[in-house]
Amino acid sequence: MGILEVTNVNKRFGGLQALGDVNLDIPAGTVHAIIGPNGAGKSTLLNVLVGKLIPDTGTVMFDGKPVLGRKPYEINQMGISRVFQTPEIFSDLTVFENMLIPCFAKRDGSFRMHALESMAREKDIIGKAEHMLSDVNMIDKRNMVASSLSRGDKRRLEMAMCLVQEPKLLLLDEPTAGMARADTNNTIELLKEIHASREITMVIIEHDMHVVFSLAKRITVLAQGTPLVEDTPENIKGHPKVKEAYLGEAA
Amino acid sequence: MLGLSKKDTFFFLFVVFLTMATPIILQPFPEGSALAQFNAGYPDLMQRFAIYGIFAIGFNILFGLTGYLSFGHAAFLGVGSYSVVWMYKLLNYNVVPGLVLAIITSGLFALLIGYISLRRSGIYFSILTLAFAQMSFNLAYSVLTPLTNGETGLQVYNDDPQILLGANHPLGPHFFGIVMQDSAKINVGGWQWTFNNGYYFCAIIAVIAFYLSLRIFRSPFGTMLRAIKTNQTRMNYTGLNPRPYTLAAFVISGMYAGLAGGLLAAMDPLAGAERMQWTASGEVVLMTILGGAGTLMGPVLGAGFIKYFENIFSKINDGILHHWFSALPDGVEEFLVFIFHPFIGKGWSLTLGLLFMLVVIFLPGGLIEGGRRLGNLFTGKSRKPTTPAKDPEHHPKPAPHVA
Repeated sequence: MGILEVTNVNKRFGGLQALGDVNLDIPAGTVHAIIGPNGAGKSTLLNVLVGKLIPDTGTVMFDGKPVLGRKPYEINQMGISRVFQTPEIFSDLTVFENMLIPCFAKRDGSFRMHALESMAREKDIIGKAEHMLSDVNMIDKRNMVASSLSRGDKRRLEMAMCLVQEPKLLLLDEPTAGMARADTNNTIELLKEIHASREITMVIIEHDMHVVFSLAKRITVLAQGTPLVEDTPENIKGHPKVKEAYLGEAA
Repeated sequence: MLGLSKKDTFFFLFVVFLTMATPIILQPFPEGSALAQFNAGYPDLMQRFAIYGIFAIGFNILFGLTGYLSFGHAAFLGVGSYSVVWMYKLLNYNVVPGLVLAIITSGLFALLIGYISLRRSGIYFSILTLAFAQMSFNLAYSVLTPLTNGETGLQVYNDDPQILLGANHPLGPHFFGIVMQDSAKINVGGWQWTFNNGYYFCAIIAVIAFYLSLRIFRSPFGTMLRAIKTNQTRMNYTGLNPRPYTLAAFVISGMYAGLAGGLLAAMDPLAGAERMQWTASGEVVLMTILGGAGTLMGPVLGAGFIKYFENIFSKINDGILHHWFSALPDGVEEFLVFIFHPFIGKGWSLTLGLLFMLVVIFLPGGLIEGGRRLGNLFTGKSRKPTTPAKDPEHHPKPAPHVA
């Protein structure tokens, strides 16, 4: 039994079957990639996992608990963090403040009225945030406003914000979309490092085959909302159904 | 000290000093001099500075930190005033029970209005709060006449119960015997300084209100509120529920507004429905933006700026203009008076409107940004030359550097 189990999920938008009978079983500690051509339903599936969309039928179980029907912040509190296609950070705040917020969320839950407490007294939180920033080599940028960071650094910061919460599952939505090759390789290295040091389960949605094949242990190919195959990268590479899905007809 | 960093403590003490010395600072011109009409050191105006300062500080906790623009904060101002006058009518002229009630009732009002309005954000939130405030205004003006005395306004009558009123109690608002209206006048050289009990009462409460807002700005809660302004999506996906945070900010700012409204009635034992009108809600928005939304000191400066204009500019009339330009040839004098006429007296809001436009266009950060640019100009920090803030006379308190 995996940490994330998706059973018979269906989602329809009007006449379009966005997801049809999706079944996934992702064991803890693995890197799992979901690939597929444009419009295959990858993002819809991700939005179902984080509580942004509610499917018409089916169940999603995370760590033995149902996910569906919960709000995104509740799902995050269960231990699922999400990295977005375009980095979602608090761009008006400094890098350090960006790091503090997930630390508070982890310790205090979804709401706590700490209006008269002094930030300077929160030694544990500050220590944790500083530690994480040094882990991702951004400690020298701690007082920069996040909007002035380079795109690569924004991505790095967003990942650090997710990781400092020590999630059990990290969802990555095209983490290298629009990046230059060098940046892509850096991100791959960063993700490999994270996986090796923290044993986090990762689910990656990605277009770039280079990224997928360097990271994933298992790959699910999605086409028209339905999983075609699920297998190891080696077997996926030459799979006739995959080629068909990507190229449109039997090759 | 007081749970503040060294820099903040210094800043806070500086604000305390300015507040306490206001009766002296705002009288820069000797009595009888031509410029004496620009003095602002008389009780009524100074009380307004302090009270609207509190109103704007509270509004800034909501608007400056979370970015939620409420167009209905005057409703809480009115609720506060009515609460205080009711306590006068039922108990006696001591302001304390009234102010406590004002904070509680406005907090409950804010909880109700905020709970409903905060289901939406952006323009829809603003419209909802505006609708609630106008409803409150109309209720106070006509429907709830037994409670608010309608368009006459609520005031104390001789046949009111006033059950705690003793034989030798003052017959005007007082704080355990200290009568708000009383002042001590001190003449030094050509200057006359008025130290008014009411002003100092408001000023001490304003200092406490400012201290609390400083603490909120520097607390984890304050950081959360700024995070909400920046990115609610990330907030949600970081496991934080923005709704209770914004509601808490809304209630806090509503309580500040209620306190300010209560103090208005503590200075002058009247409460009228017009205090709840949308123009009053708009005024606090102007104050906050003019001074610098999201800065600690900005809203207070904005409140002072607007109240100064309202009181001082509206006093200038054509006679005074003729006097100013009397040295010029007749034709030129008439022409200049003709040019300035629309901007003075009743036309002060035209001047204010123009200044507001100038500030918003050239100093998007408000007067605080103007002060900062001026500071940079003197210390030579700024790399490219910037236009200095206009007319420093109208914001006499020097702008401290606050982020």
